[in-house]
Amino acid sequence: MHNNLIQIENLHKRFNDLPVLNGVNLSIGKGESIVVIGQSGCGKSVLLKHLIRLMEPDEGRVFFDGENIAEFMGDSLVSFRRRFGMLFQSAALFDSLTVAQNVGLGLKESRRFKDEQIDEIVIEKLEMVGLASSADKYPAELSGGMRKRVGLARAIANNPEVLLYDEPTTGLDPITADIINDLIVELNTRLKVTSVAVTHDMKSAFKIADRIVMLYEGRIEFDATPDAVRTTDNPVVKQFITGQARGPIQVR
Amino acid sequence: MEYGVQSIGRRGVNFINRTGGLCILLGRFFVALKDVPRSMGLIFEQFYIIGVKSLPLIIIISIFVGAVTAWQAAYQFKFIGAPLRYLGHMVGKAVIMELSPVLSALVFAGRVGAGIAAEVGTMKVTEQIDALDSMGINPVRYLVMPRILACLVMVPILVLFSDFIAIMGGLVISVLGVDISTETFMSGFRDSFKLADFRNGLIKALVFGLIIGLVGCYEGFRTREGAVGVGRSTTNSVVISCVLILVFNFIFAIILFRL
Ligand SMILES: Nc1ncnc2c1ncn2[C@@H]1O[C@H](COP(=O)(O)OP(=O)(O)OP(=O)(O)O)[C@@H](O)[C@H]1O
Ligand SMILES: [Mg+2]
Repeated sequence: MHNNLIQIENLHKRFNDLPVLNGVNLSIGKGESIVVIGQSGCGKSVLLKHLIRLMEPDEGRVFFDGENIAEFMGDSLVSFRRRFGMLFQSAALFDSLTVAQNVGLGLKESRRFKDEQIDEIVIEKLEMVGLASSADKYPAELSGGMRKRVGLARAIANNPEVLLYDEPTTGLDPITADIINDLIVELNTRLKVTSVAVTHDMKSAFKIADRIVMLYEGRIEFDATPDAVRTTDNPVVKQFITGQARGPIQVR
Repeated sequence: MEYGVQSIGRRGVNFINRTGGLCILLGRFFVALKDVPRSMGLIFEQFYIIGVKSLPLIIIISIFVGAVTAWQAAYQFKFIGAPLRYLGHMVGKAVIMELSPVLSALVFAGRVGAGIAAEVGTMKVTEQIDALDSMGINPVRYLVMPRILACLVMVPILVLFSDFIAIMGGLVISVLGVDISTETFMSGFRDSFKLADFRNGLIKALVFGLIIGLVGCYEGFRTREGAVGVGRSTTNSVVISCVLILVFNFIFAIILFRL
């Protein structure tokens, strides 16, 4: 299956005595936009971190472009990671740097751009998320939603081939959320970016996804197009997307 | 409930883990030194934060260290009837060989080591270190190397300042409080001054600087579990650095100052 950009095989991960991922299998094609849904604490963020090797699996493998990512070392690891952009759930902005420095850091440290070029790219990306006027602020001076958007600008700064979004619209008002959704869709359609987004926001999920996968009890419970998700009979998925307290999913 | 033996076992494992972790980080620090030229901005920033900003504190403690050394020495000299012209000798030796390097390092561990552990630890628990990794930026080069290097360079420089200021402090107290002349104090100091003592003090300072930077960064990287974890790492970094400083100081005493 050489046209799969990312291939996850039998991924297991546990923390001490807590099994989180229990054999996840998932293939992501080039240019595809995947949305991962699932209950809070089910391991979505953990799954995302495995894709860029911020966590190592206990068992199972992750392939990127046909290569086992566990084998990357040193420079190959760096160039592998530079093909990604990641938006963290907590935004994870560098609090000692300004917004502009946050967005430009990856570019600066890659030493492939001149300072003036970096400034231009930074402003361009900040405009895309509607924050050009906050370029010189520090993260502590921003609201939660603004931080998220700076995180997004930072993730897209080096025009990555793959974008990993951990809850891109959480904490945003509906209008800003929709702007971000449009941005994600545009990156997918126009720039042919491959993306994996984790979200609880079903409106956003239906808008940006080519495929929606649901993580449940450490495995992929469901994997289908948005339309198929809307009309599914699967009780777990149905309970989740309609947001019912009663159903097969038990809140731990 | 944990039994005594288990607790000792766990501590033993912890100790070995830490030692191994510190050695690995030290190795990665040396590897990262190849990137010094491209990291000059980061390094000078740390020189400033770690070194220059510690200077006022070092000056204050050095004045008092020198002063109390002179005072105590004079008191003991009077008690055993030793001549006061040896006061300069006594103060100079004590300050240059032990007091200045050790006390500066201990204070530095409290100020700078704790600061490094808290900063790196906060970055760890708020996923900023993950963010660096995700951007292909090596955290050892970006965070650890500049900080350890700054400690390595700045602790000896601060000890130099401390030597000078503590001796001045001792001189002032000797002249004002003990009533010996500046010339008597200085000639006692000059007659006993050995460059080797001075050099040994600076070698110790270099090692103490390495300990402080390394332990601070390491404890920061080990941080888990939010604000509580950051507090724990900060405390650990100070305790561990201080113990290591005193242990190494004793080892140095045996090696450098043969009886
Ligand atoms: N570094 C870690 N150490 C220990 N346990 C962890 C760690 N990271 C995650 N976990 C545990 O793994 C489980 C899954 O966490 P994860 O952050 O992936 O959840 P999530 O699906 O992203 O939830 P949410 O939607 O609330 O963000 C949780 O039970 C969490 O406690
Ligand atoms: Mg999450």
